[in-house]
Amino acid sequence: MTVRDALNSAIDEEMSADPKVFVMGEEVGQYQGAYKITKGLLEKYGPERVYDTPITEAGFTGIGVGAAYAGLKPVVEFMTFNFSMQAIDHIINSAAKSNYMSAGQINVPIVFRGPNGAAAGVGAQHSQCYAAWYASVPGLKVLAPYSAEDARGLLKAAIRDPDPVVFLENELLYGESFPISEEALDSSFCLPIGKAKIEREGKDVTITTFSKMVGFALKAAEKLAEEGISAEVINLRSIRPLDRATINASVRKTSRLVTVEEGFPQHGVCAEICASVVEESFSYLDAPVERIAGADVPMPYAANLERLALPQ
Amino acid sequence: LRMTCQVRQGNTCTCRSSNPLPIYIVKNNFFLLSSSLNLLQPFSSPILLVLFFAYMAIWFARSRNLVSTMRHNLGLSAIFVKRDYSPRPVVFTNSQLSSTVFLSPVTSLRHESTAVEKQPELVQQSDEEDAQELNFPGGKVGYTSEMKFIPGSTSRRIPCYRVLDEDGKIIPDSDFIPVSETLAVRMYEQMATLQVMDHIFYEAQRQGRISFYLTSVGEEAINIASAAALSSDDVVLPQYREPGVLLWRGFTLEEFANQCFGNKADYGKGRQMPIHYGSNRLNYFTISSPIATQLPQAAGVGYSLKMEKKNACAVTFIGDGGTSEGDFHAGLNFAAVMEAPVVFICRNNGWAISTHISEQFRSDGIVVKGQAYGIRSIRVDGNDALAVYSAVRSAREMAVTEQRPVLIEAMTYRVGHHSTSDDSTKYRAADEIQYWKNSRNPVNRFKKWVEDNGWWSEEDESKLRSNARKQLLQAIQAAEMWEKQPLTELFNDVYDVKPKNLKEQELGLKELLERQPQDYPPGFHV
Repeated sequence: MTVRDALNSAIDEEMSADPKVFVMGEEVGQYQGAYKITKGLLEKYGPERVYDTPITEAGFTGIGVGAAYAGLKPVVEFMTFNFSMQAIDHIINSAAKSNYMSAGQINVPIVFRGPNGAAAGVGAQHSQCYAAWYASVPGLKVLAPYSAEDARGLLKAAIRDPDPVVFLENELLYGESFPISEEALDSSFCLPIGKAKIEREGKDVTITTFSKMVGFALKAAEKLAEEGISAEVINLRSIRPLDRATINASVRKTSRLVTVEEGFPQHGVCAEICASVVEESFSYLDAPVERIAGADVPMPYAANLERLALPQ
Repeated sequence: LRMTCQVRQGNTCTCRSSNPLPIYIVKNNFFLLSSSLNLLQPFSSPILLVLFFAYMAIWFARSRNLVSTMRHNLGLSAIFVKRDYSPRPVVFTNSQLSSTVFLSPVTSLRHESTAVEKQPELVQQSDEEDAQELNFPGGKVGYTSEMKFIPGSTSRRIPCYRVLDEDGKIIPDSDFIPVSETLAVRMYEQMATLQVMDHIFYEAQRQGRISFYLTSVGEEAINIASAAALSSDDVVLPQYREPGVLLWRGFTLEEFANQCFGNKADYGKGRQMPIHYGSNRLNYFTISSPIATQLPQAAGVGYSLKMEKKNACAVTFIGDGGTSEGDFHAGLNFAAVMEAPVVFICRNNGWAISTHISEQFRSDGIVVKGQAYGIRSIRVDGNDALAVYSAVRSAREMAVTEQRPVLIEAMTYRVGHHSTSDDSTKYRAADEIQYWKNSRNPVNRFKKWVEDNGWWSEEDESKLRSNARKQLLQAIQAAEMWEKQPLTELFNDVYDVKPKNLKEQELGLKELLERQPQDYPPGFHV
């Protein structure tokens, strides 16, 4: 199943199960979704539940939050998370902090989803990874699926979750197909939020990463296996809450850590993982932690430059 | 709409109309005409007269079209004609939704809403003009070969709806919804209580007992009369200068005090600074500091109420300054497009901290912005409790029965400082403040009316004020003494369920307090 179909089926099933769930975003309805993630939903559920918005991220995010305040369960799509910056006040100040500030009187069961991070040849304003930014905010949950199973399970969990969830997809993964189990195809399938997945077991080094880089890490693990190094690849799945237990347990087993992400290096997700491992598993480390991240430059457009600005 | 045109001596002409606005357009054209005619003075008069009548004929035909178009599109009938809107019966039809249980009125209402605008034409359009229409996305539009820019504003401002004059007497032939003695007395009592509450909490801040406060002095009529006009199911999304709405709905003076002191009884659990009240039970959303964010949220709440087919609307407040925010545009535009039942109430009180409205916008206030979004709007005297009551009540009915947003601009004056962090005498004249405080006081004005009806006496007045004052002082004293929140509340409500890392931190803090109690002030208990 492709990631696209996985996401589509997850939204479809959740909308069918709960009439309060509705989808909102630019081009989600008649255009079938800018990346076709919401294909077929307009025909099935009608224009009130698959709502094409005017172009104002601040506007429709605010509206989504208001609808969530009043008891609906919006799934707000950003064409890319780069555009979410125009709405970030609503995501942080109206959604993330509301439950706390209102002492539990206002909860916000909203999901913000869309492609995050680099695509191919889209330049600086369309390529930033927002995992670190959103994951630093208490009150939000931040998820980053990799495979089709991740996409299905995590999105269903996100829609059912009573807290605001930022769901970071990846444009280049949409078309990729993954094997999927029968269990994952069931409509009640759900993955737990806050649990990482060990994609490949190993004993010599731990590689932690999320989203598209999981594929890279697995390929790297293959190459390492040829050299006789057994790498354990952890797919984080959940950036906030971070599964520190799994990461640390793995590091204590392997004693070496390589963290990988596509985003900017400073204050990134990798930095948080390093801090966690240093705090909790310091004596188990045989070598300093290696961080692999995107180059500390706004994403260039030229294909050769872009390739070098991301982990290869 | 009726227009008669009487040509008097030569160039001047007066027109009478039951609709004041078009007169202006007429007058403008005539000034243009007369000035151009003056230029033609040197030419012989018969030619002049022919030209004049020819121009008149063409102009008259055009202006009728202009007038009727304006009446059409600006929805002026709602403002100037005595309340002739008829609530549309809500028609429920099966929509395209086959898999869900609820029936949606949306599809039929979407067509109905645009149908509402097709008012019967009181002025016939000429056949030539019907043919001169162009098709564009968005519908047919007539065209003209005369290049004319719509003025940035009409030279006469949109008038303000009022019922009571400054002496508290009902203006003869006013449109208004009658208010019973019980309701009127309750409204007055609450307005006076709000005044006392503001005064005492402000003083408490000055004495250092609370950290911050924000008064609604001068805006008591907007606060109370709007609340009185709503149903308790209507969901209120305030800005921050509307505690009167919460007071009306039943929030007690003790509850207000508890929030200001952030004590254990505060429903907000001490999480926010003073005046950030909220109550789920009373349908009043917890106040959030960023300006205007509540406007698109209100559209979302309205949409939710619409989808659940509730007999309720969202009501949201904003100041004049807040309308400059991008969220104002998004909120109003969306509410109109989604046909959501939202009443937008703008308190135009003249000042956004130190920014006067002349520096805030160049439009004729906020009421004219409604029509830019296709929203029915009214300007009301915000210091006239009866006018505010009628306007909000009507707007609420429109919003719910027609499932569409309505905009109310309530004109008023911010008598107090912006907040306790502000000293407004630094940027405005003290006598301006005194004038509004004394001569244009909304509480006194309503009091006169209530007294004239024999429903209120001086004895009632002194009893109310002294009781309110006593109750407030007691509430403050009690709130001050009440212990603060237990420290567990530091870690609660970040998420629906407390996550592991916070549980660990809470445990860590508890252990620290037990180990070193001498390092922490008394009352720091977990």
